[in-house]
Amino acid sequence: MVLAGLILAEGAVLAGKNVVQTQTYGPEARGGATKAEVIVSEGEIDYPKVSKPDLLLAMSQAAFDKYASLIEPGDNTMVLIDSTIVTDLSKGLGNIIALPMTKIAVDDVGKAVVANMVALGALVTLTKVIPQKCLEEAALARIPKSSKDLNLKALRLGCEVAQKICGECGIAVS
Amino acid sequence: MNTHSRQPRLMQGNEAVAEAAIAAGVKFYAGYPISPSSEIAEICAEKLPLVGGTCVQMEDEISGIAACLGASLTGEKAMTATSGPGFSLMQENIGYGVMAEIPCVVVNVQRGGPSIGLPTSPAQGDVMQARWGTHGDHPVITLCPSSVLEAYSLTIKAVNFSEKYRNPVILLLDEVVGHMREKVELPEEGTLEIVRRKLPECDPEDYQPFKADDDGVPPMAPLGSGYRYHITGLYHDETGFPSSRPQVVEDLIRRLHRKIEDAKQEICLTKEYRTDDCEILVVSYGISNRSAYRAVKDAREQGIKAGLLTLHTLWPFPEEALKEAASHASKVIVAELNLGQMKQEVERILAGQVRVEGLNKVNGEIFTPNEILAGLGGTI
Repeated sequence: MVLAGLILAEGAVLAGKNVVQTQTYGPEARGGATKAEVIVSEGEIDYPKVSKPDLLLAMSQAAFDKYASLIEPGDNTMVLIDSTIVTDLSKGLGNIIALPMTKIAVDDVGKAVVANMVALGALVTLTKVIPQKCLEEAALARIPKSSKDLNLKALRLGCEVAQKICGECGIAVS
Repeated sequence: MNTHSRQPRLMQGNEAVAEAAIAAGVKFYAGYPISPSSEIAEICAEKLPLVGGTCVQMEDEISGIAACLGASLTGEKAMTATSGPGFSLMQENIGYGVMAEIPCVVVNVQRGGPSIGLPTSPAQGDVMQARWGTHGDHPVITLCPSSVLEAYSLTIKAVNFSEKYRNPVILLLDEVVGHMREKVELPEEGTLEIVRRKLPECDPEDYQPFKADDDGVPPMAPLGSGYRYHITGLYHDETGFPSSRPQVVEDLIRRLHRKIEDAKQEICLTKEYRTDDCEILVVSYGISNRSAYRAVKDAREQGIKAGLLTLHTLWPFPEEALKEAASHASKVIVAELNLGQMKQEVERILAGQVRVEGLNKVNGEIFTPNEILAGLGGTI
């Protein structure tokens, strides 16, 4: 999750924007809840944490329950979920967009671990926060050569499924 | 990617500390990795050997700072980094560095304490420990950044001050500043002001290792360069040999204080935002400053005459800047992630002239801007 936030942040720098990325995690060496926050702006960024997200990405049920429940009526937050894992939507508000990221990662790429790249591709396509080419460039700079193809494939699959969803919902995509 | 080009890049706070230290000429790092400071050790391990430097992982923090002091005595610039638990272990040797006048930078990326506390959460609970953690009536310099760019520029300052004044300098970050990544445009390497300690100009046989110049700072000969002298944590005279003569003792401790006191104008770094006509002054530092800045901007939009004094130097405390910024204020609010460590200092300096209130948060999270805005009487 932090790696996805980091790639998004580096993509934002490539796109010429100001960006701050922070993270919250526990003392565990592996496992445990992880949160990455990214603020992208044309202007100065003062407070470095997210107050009202434009987009919330939930890759676990616990994350959805914890953060989607903070969304208030009237907030225009887009909530992107990995529907392979997040199945109970009773605790959250917001405009929920469900994509089976882990399923796509497993079925089409062959590795569950690239679900975060599927998510990143979808997130960037849905929000248009940075151009896709900046995202890909940032991802390639961070990912070890040996797994480049897998990750790039996952990223592009994420973009494609998001585009399809946009078509169905009537969201304009550039 | 070239670190020192003006090309914008994404950089982490801890990374900025390590990169700036190397740019400032640090050639030696010894320490024991601990969250949330470990990236500093990791980057030094990777990059110091590339510039002819040395990075050593020691068995603990006591030996980490001890190795740095030893390296510094040979003429190299040295740095160590840790968090609260390790900072506690370093205290005795920080005092040795003060007494023997050994330049050295100690980075403390603060996490929640006391004890093991909150290893991955921010806090500002080590402010007074930075001032008084080691025993004895000692002077100290402590700097505190609130952004990645400031982490870079204040690390350079920390190395420079330690060299110029021959005193350990403490750089206080917190978990968020240490781990936060921001877009930065670093200064060109050639434009950085880099200071090196003064070397003796006399012959080795005439060298008085602790005889200070007018600025209170004695020239420092690297060990192994032919200048043979004695170094001790005991009170010592100008030759470096121990003495308990009252005059020698008093002259030394007063000089150690004076060399920092006399340089306050250079050392005390602050930033003022809309303090010219402010009726409510917020004093803040480190990560809390980011929330306070936003709150003051929001308060101004609501017609509240708020201002912000950011402390980049915590010790020696920037007294003059505080008095100036508070000169029109009817209230001063000190926003910090502890239960009022700096508030005491602000109260002491303003001595009953202005009402001083503390805004404190101690739950492992940073202030939201609204929490400070509420303290300013703003509408949320």
